[in-house]
Amino acid sequence: MHTILEKKQFSRDVFYLRVAAPEIARQRKAGQFVIIQLDIDYGERIPLTIADADPDEGWIALVVQAVGATTIKLCRKEVGDSIAAILGPLGNPTHIAKVGKVVCVGGGIGTAPLHPIAQAYKHVGNEVIIIIGGRTKELVIFEEEMRKIADELIIVTDDGSYGRKALVTEPLKEICESAAPPQEVIAIGPPIMMKFCAATTRPFGIHTVVSLNTIMIDGTGMCGGCRVTVDGKTKFVCVDGPEFDGHKVDFDNMMMRMKAFKEREDHDRHVCRIGLSNGAS
Amino acid sequence: METENINTEHHYVPREELAKEAKTYWGELKDKELKMKDRAAIPIQEMPVLEPHARARLMDEVATGYTEEQARIEAERCLNCKNRPCVQGCPVGIPIPEFISCIQKGNFKASVDTIKTTNLLPAICGRVCPQEKQCQLVCTVGKMHKSVDKAVAIGRLERFVADWERNNNKTTIPPVAPDTGKKVAIIGSGPAGLAAAADIRRAGHAVTVFEAFHKTGGVMVYGIPEFRLPKDIVAKEVENLKKMGVKFETNFLVGRTATLEQLLQEDGFDAAFIGTGAGLPKFMNVEGENLIGVFSANEYLTRANLMKAYQEDKADTPLYPAKVVAVIGGGNVAMDAARMGYRLGADKVYCIYRRTRAEMPARAEEIAHAEEEGVEFCFLQNPTRFIGDKDGKVCAVEVLNYELGEPDASGRRSPVAIPGTEHQIPVDTVIVALGNSSNPLMAKTTEGLQVTKTGNIIVDENQKTSIPKVWSGGDIVLGAATVILAMGEGRKAAASINEYLAQ
Repeated sequence: MHTILEKKQFSRDVFYLRVAAPEIARQRKAGQFVIIQLDIDYGERIPLTIADADPDEGWIALVVQAVGATTIKLCRKEVGDSIAAILGPLGNPTHIAKVGKVVCVGGGIGTAPLHPIAQAYKHVGNEVIIIIGGRTKELVIFEEEMRKIADELIIVTDDGSYGRKALVTEPLKEICESAAPPQEVIAIGPPIMMKFCAATTRPFGIHTVVSLNTIMIDGTGMCGGCRVTVDGKTKFVCVDGPEFDGHKVDFDNMMMRMKAFKEREDHDRHVCRIGLSNGAS
Repeated sequence: METENINTEHHYVPREELAKEAKTYWGELKDKELKMKDRAAIPIQEMPVLEPHARARLMDEVATGYTEEQARIEAERCLNCKNRPCVQGCPVGIPIPEFISCIQKGNFKASVDTIKTTNLLPAICGRVCPQEKQCQLVCTVGKMHKSVDKAVAIGRLERFVADWERNNNKTTIPPVAPDTGKKVAIIGSGPAGLAAAADIRRAGHAVTVFEAFHKTGGVMVYGIPEFRLPKDIVAKEVENLKKMGVKFETNFLVGRTATLEQLLQEDGFDAAFIGTGAGLPKFMNVEGENLIGVFSANEYLTRANLMKAYQEDKADTPLYPAKVVAVIGGGNVAMDAARMGYRLGADKVYCIYRRTRAEMPARAEEIAHAEEEGVEFCFLQNPTRFIGDKDGKVCAVEVLNYELGEPDASGRRSPVAIPGTEHQIPVDTVIVALGNSSNPLMAKTTEGLQVTKTGNIIVDENQKTSIPKVWSGGDIVLGAATVILAMGEGRKAAASINEYLAQ
């Protein structure tokens, strides 16, 4: 059992949860994720990236968007409530090296897992440019935290309600075209965003890392539910990833596979969302 | 569509009828002085099962177990041979004639206690062991009748006394030696880990079992379906280990949550046993394998078994709406997946296998059960690719016909493709059941741990690995094998660990 120590609401559907998990906090490195389960008998197992952690205080932070049966239930939990099971840290840590200039691109709640990675890149002495974006102002998160790390912070929104009215790929392209292009780009966000970030950097030959968040069950490599095609080969996101070379990922197949259970998910969301709006307001 | 449908005789006899026959027969038999030829003349007692058409839609256990009379009659078939070949045939060396002679005397409790001197999980082994390849293969009675199918039904008897004990609340917890102050970490709660945990705990050492999943039992909870091994039986066996003082840490992935080195150096474990199994599904690497609706058998069975997705009104884990299913492979996992297909609502299940029925690695009983339940076997065929529709969902399997050629290294005749015989089988779901390979996490996160090219941990004759204080056994050493072989290795490792800790 893992107690929720703090809860913040970032937007209507996006919440920040600080959760007691001493063993995971002790081990985790930037780029890793956990599998959580709200009920041991009937709950599903879902992956969430670790946004932050404190090994001394023994907590990890998760940023959750209420989109399906489990995330909606999780977002309804309050401080003092608990999460039945958390397994982690899972996946390979981000490969952090001093390369010079790094651009970190975060879209929506992808900005949360990007935070510890940007922090780690900065920590080893890179120049770090951070681009964060969201559909609209309230979906831009972690601005203050990112500002503390970034040598330059660029904020964009699809509708122009905050920062520059653009997609994240616009400033990314400008930086790639500039006199001092980056040595490395890391992009975390919706699959479509990562796909286009990779497409943006490809002509410039700039190494681009993406962090994939596919359907998962066990998260330890034993089912292959999370498999993706990378460089023509089948890889398991949970053990071979979650980070891959964005220029080699078959995003179209990945996005297609993520719709495998869409009918059931739509049904769950429809049923649950009514409950959430009643409970939250 | 070219499919070879084998019509074997369906000899389903209702449980009531078998029970009635046995009652009458036992009435005649019970007071007789039996000579060897009388024993040999007793017919083997058939296992009562649920009616095939009804059970194909039910998750209930298919084999319902012997009645008391059936067990007593079957026990009388044992000749109590002096040379006891059956004991050598058992990977954990159960004193088989002794436990059967207890049944002959009507002392079921003494019988199960006899089994438990070498096997703490008889309710499980009696159900899932391939006895026809182990204890029953070498049974003298079977040899006399020139048929392994007529050997004494040792597995069914083992199951009977284990179930009798549990159902009558007669379970006693085996004695545990006084605390030694030594601590042992068991990594993985599958059959190898549980067997090792029991033996090490009995010697008085503190034992903690680390399990990555939220439930203990390994393949016995995520893989083998409810209709073959009820999950409450696995839970009861684990409960008994807890009563012996074994501790369980679920949601703990050794290698990630803590490394093995941390357990040994920081957490004070004096020894460790790695029983992490062979859980990584193999795929075929053919076109279309990543289409929607193509699953590994592990994923398909984990969703259904461990995540209880078959209870759709309660479980959050979704099932894929599979109506026409093709299972690829011919092992027990393929049989489990195929039979699960009907239970999860499929209208049609095919099993595609590149050799013939004779070469299938699955147990004969499971193949027969699958057939009775309506699984259609497509022998001598193998997929060349999976074909998808415009939404990326699989809609057909393209297969090629094969014929059998010369025997290969395994002694089985190898399949040879017949060019130009490609044809399609329309399906909406494909389940790939081609076996599993070893989990690489321990090797990856443990410095100095030697593994083979295929990732199996290398051990000596006492199951000891290349690094000090660490033993290993089960599928992570053997490659994908059986529950009982894993338990045998767990016990061997436990004996070696106990010896090491006693020094």
